[in-house]
Amino acid sequence: MSNLVRNIIRFAFFILFQVFVLGKIPPLHQFVVPYLYFLFILWLPFKITRGALLLLGFLFGLALDLFTKTPGLHAAACTLIAYVRPFLISLLMPKEATEIGYSEPSITSMGFVPYAVYVLVLTFLHHSYLVFMEWLHFGNFLYFIGKVFATTAISLLLILITETLFVRKAKYRTNVA
Amino acid sequence: MRNVFLFIARFSNLLFFLFLQVLALSMLFRYNKYHQAAYMNVANEVTGRFYVRYNKIETYFSLQKENEKLRMQNADLLNKLKSDFAVPDSSMQLVTDTFRVDSLEQYRKFLYLPAKVIGNAVDGQNNFITLHRGSKQGVDVNMAVIGPEGVVGKIVNVSPNMSVAMSLLHRKNSVVALLKKGGGFGEVTWDGKDPRFVTLNNIPRTIKVAKGDTVVTSSYSDIFPPGKVVGYVAEVREDKSSSTYSLKVKTATDFYSVQHAFVVKNIQKAEMDSLMSKVKKD
Repeated sequence: MSNLVRNIIRFAFFILFQVFVLGKIPPLHQFVVPYLYFLFILWLPFKITRGALLLLGFLFGLALDLFTKTPGLHAAACTLIAYVRPFLISLLMPKEATEIGYSEPSITSMGFVPYAVYVLVLTFLHHSYLVFMEWLHFGNFLYFIGKVFATTAISLLLILITETLFVRKAKYRTNVA
Repeated sequence: MRNVFLFIARFSNLLFFLFLQVLALSMLFRYNKYHQAAYMNVANEVTGRFYVRYNKIETYFSLQKENEKLRMQNADLLNKLKSDFAVPDSSMQLVTDTFRVDSLEQYRKFLYLPAKVIGNAVDGQNNFITLHRGSKQGVDVNMAVIGPEGVVGKIVNVSPNMSVAMSLLHRKNSVVALLKKGGGFGEVTWDGKDPRFVTLNNIPRTIKVAKGDTVVTSSYSDIFPPGKVVGYVAEVREDKSSSTYSLKVKTATDFYSVQHAFVVKNIQKAEMDSLMSKVKKD
């Protein structure tokens, strides 16, 4: 399967999964909202240009927004992590590895610790920004802090489950392919 | 000039990022203010299709519960039928009425339009409910949405076949309500925390309030029909800053599982509005 087709399927799958599976879970606590959809952006290939990454992040967030009737909320948060992603990758990985290595970020391509840091930072950033915009409406600091941490924790758990359930075959790109 | 181009080329990604952020945020804040956006009508139609598909499956799982609710509502309505009230004395005779059934039609104020709930959320700060009934089927903005158990919300956006209602669990929601016993008027709002509870503010301390008292919609509203249950008092809290109560109210509608609702049209609203606008002009 080509990268393009795979990512188109992922796009649809993550949105539908977020809306119709995670969105239907009765809330466990006011702080806990299960978010997984943004993993799509974390899984995009290394080779994508930064402009395309930003645009894709925006459209992806907007697609979820159209379902949740909050136009712009998730789009803003997704654009933010799409903007930060390349900096983080170049920080966590040596330059050569991204140039000739695997096609997309994963445990095998980056190593466990760098990948964990990569996921943690972007998840935290995404949730902080998202909850921050909600906080602007409500203005309760405890609510803000509690929700950011609880939501981040639940997202990390979901990502861990996803990573263990769907082992992505990390293709090593050679000059031939 | 050349430097300007160089600057743009150098920071193109940052500028693009900022552009997208501004775009997203302006969309968000403008929508939160007015709940009207042309592109959202189109989006509602598209996302609505997905919701309809999903809903077809989802409703199977709650059929029993839903039937139970509708049976309760039926029983409630049947108990109000005229034929259920018999006068023991024979000073009156039960005669079949020869009047037209709809002789009262010209005085009708509220008309109930049944609608299926196809999309629902409770986990955000501003929660919306999508209904499978739109402008083609007579739904318009600012109509009330009532469920079998009580008040659900208010229509904020309409497309040809779908409509979106702001539920009671919305930051901007405010419903004028009163206590059924005692009758103090107040405003129902949501603090964005627990989707099972809303707050009823501005109830004067002079009124006796007990846990479990019923909160109903008032007759002052031109959107909500009077006497519809909003919820039941769960906790009586005194507002320290003023001489009023701030009551924690358990919503009558279970927002986790609302499946059917009625859109309520106020037929006399146009007349009322034109009258009010005349008053304001003078």
